[in-house]
Amino acid sequence: MSRPLLIINARLLDPATGLDVKGGLLAVGERIAELGPQVTAAMAPSGAEIIDAKGLCLAPGLVDMRVQLGEPGAEHKERIDSGAMAAAAGGVTSLALLPNTDPPIDNPAMLEFVARRARLVKLVKVYPYAALTKKLEGKELAELGLLKAAGAVAFTDADRTIANARLLRRALSYATLFDGLIVQHPEEPELARYGYVTEGALASKLGLSGIPAAAEIIMVERDLRILELTGGRLHIAHVSTAAAIEAIAAAKARGLRVTCDASPHHLALNELEIEGYRTFAKVRPPLRSEQDRRAVVAGLKDGTIDVIASDHCPQDQDSKRQTFAQAEPGVIGVQTMLPVAMRLHYEDGMPLLDLLRRMTSAPADLLGLDAGRLRKGSPADCVLFDPDAPWKITEQALFSLSKNSAFEGRLVQGKVHRTIVDGRTIYTAAEA
Amino acid sequence: MDVGRGFGGKHLLGIEGLQPFEIAAVLDRADGFVDLNRRNDKKLSILKGLTHINLFFEASTRTQTSFELAGKRLGADVVNMSMANSSMKKGETLIDTAMTLNAMHPDVLVVRHQDSGAVALLARHVRCAVINAGDGTHEHPTQALLDALTIRRRKGRIEGLTVAICGDILHSRVARSNIHLLLAMGARVRIVAPPTLLAAGLEDFGVEVYTDMTRGLAGVDIVMMLRLQVERMQGSFVPSLAEYFHLFGLTYDKLRAARSDALIMHPGPMNRGVEIDGVVADDIDRSAILDQVEMGVAVRMACLDILTESLRGADA
Repeated sequence: MSRPLLIINARLLDPATGLDVKGGLLAVGERIAELGPQVTAAMAPSGAEIIDAKGLCLAPGLVDMRVQLGEPGAEHKERIDSGAMAAAAGGVTSLALLPNTDPPIDNPAMLEFVARRARLVKLVKVYPYAALTKKLEGKELAELGLLKAAGAVAFTDADRTIANARLLRRALSYATLFDGLIVQHPEEPELARYGYVTEGALASKLGLSGIPAAAEIIMVERDLRILELTGGRLHIAHVSTAAAIEAIAAAKARGLRVTCDASPHHLALNELEIEGYRTFAKVRPPLRSEQDRRAVVAGLKDGTIDVIASDHCPQDQDSKRQTFAQAEPGVIGVQTMLPVAMRLHYEDGMPLLDLLRRMTSAPADLLGLDAGRLRKGSPADCVLFDPDAPWKITEQALFSLSKNSAFEGRLVQGKVHRTIVDGRTIYTAAEA
Repeated sequence: MDVGRGFGGKHLLGIEGLQPFEIAAVLDRADGFVDLNRRNDKKLSILKGLTHINLFFEASTRTQTSFELAGKRLGADVVNMSMANSSMKKGETLIDTAMTLNAMHPDVLVVRHQDSGAVALLARHVRCAVINAGDGTHEHPTQALLDALTIRRRKGRIEGLTVAICGDILHSRVARSNIHLLLAMGARVRIVAPPTLLAAGLEDFGVEVYTDMTRGLAGVDIVMMLRLQVERMQGSFVPSLAEYFHLFGLTYDKLRAARSDALIMHPGPMNRGVEIDGVVADDIDRSAILDQVEMGVAVRMACLDILTESLRGADA
């Protein structure tokens, strides 16, 4: 067991309870023993490590519910240890790992293998998703019940749309057996085929093959109808269009158990990033119009969008130093999610606690994790950060094995100083 | 490194961003080469000692030959690298290709590639001048320049003319380059195509969009037909070639809507009986199609001449 850890003079932020006070936190063993204004240096148990936060924010460690790591199958792009280190440096203490590894996580043995590999790394907590269908082929259901028993946090075919309506209906219906969550990549596959940027004047000018925004809206609206039929829980990944967000808001108002997330790149960037054929701006779904980006911001502010998730997708140089058509899609983001999201606070007036909730208790609750809270008795997973500090995102600062950040070279505000998992410091900023 | 557009930079990657005076300068210089090309002794030595490589990732006979003639007539050493069947074709190694080429010390690269933006990507990694000979569905600047020269010589001007560009706009780099050029030079541009072959957001370019040939051709000075790019078609854009010809193929009947002296153009190679009736194409009074081929060599000579000026220590 590690030494007790006492953090004093912090601004305690707990989005789940709305707590925002000056105070301290004491972790004994793996859990939070005490927190609040009353916690001072005087309370230090013998042998405790004492950290003076000097007014920095202490929040629950972030929960990133959409991460791809290259292990197993693409270890040259990312390994669990490199990805976990990037997460730690980003203040993320729990991440949910998509099942589109090679081989995919579509059986209990594979799930246990990946979970064990992650435990050995001893950094952040890694929770695997399970494939919804065998081999992610979209044909036959995977063993959802057995996978759930083995620890799958939810079911998804990752970046492949569950296109078959009959299959999605059965999956949603069957998953009600154990209140399983199904996560959909919303893109009508035939409308999206051959395309890789948002259809419109810019795509036409560049001569890049477009996908209409309707490809997302159609799939979301269809899925909501199916959900209405079956009951169950559906989560729409990385929504990016105003109309899809509107449809989800309406479905929530009708009482459907639907949730959704948005990525940092869709809340911060629009389609203009593809100018000059920048392959680092090639993502799925594609970056959208400014109007759609603003709808994502509005959806996050009003709560229609429940979660911010990085959609971390490492791609090595050889995959990105290509023509736009041939480059692989995806950007890394687990390390920069917090500072990129902070612009919602500074530029769009979103309250800090609301913003943190979308990256802590909200995803933790969706996935059923004991995480995302500063609460007596909870795991001592926290992040100490300076919300104001400006810094520049550079390739050198990124811990991921792949450096395909859409934000490289940008100035951001919000810097992680220390990340703690189970009462143990796993990351300390160099100059902190 | 400057990958800027046109002649302000060291490359010719597209028409977009070129200033009217830059375009006019190319056309003026090309005019002189037209006369040279009609003489028996066509050989100059202004590119003597320079190496010009044609790097074609997509098979092409006409454009490649046109560039080859242009380089040879100016005295350059011209090498053709056909990449269509090469191991380097797939673009995984496009940057490696650039490195390899650098080691060969070419002075001008003429590049055609199936992917939009590929020529600009290559240009960022080579140390010589690059001419885009067509990249994906993005641009084909020398085609637009040769079209402009053809129009200017036949009509005496470009400004104020109305040009209808007809057919497969969606897959056409020729259309995009021509739209940029014609608008920059003060022409009015109409686009005529079935809705499935229009590109999204075309109105934002500043063109008028028609889906009916007769209406689109009404009163125009120039009818620019495009090749139906059957090889780029993935999915049903039109039900059949016969139906396409019926609705969008250029016939005398449809041509009647245009001005009586309207000029017919086509970038080639033509699909006779698909986008154009063979009889119309062969009409020596109306068709400028062979003029376009002739102007092609002259325009490419002008581009090579301008881009290599600094290498020869001459003033721009």
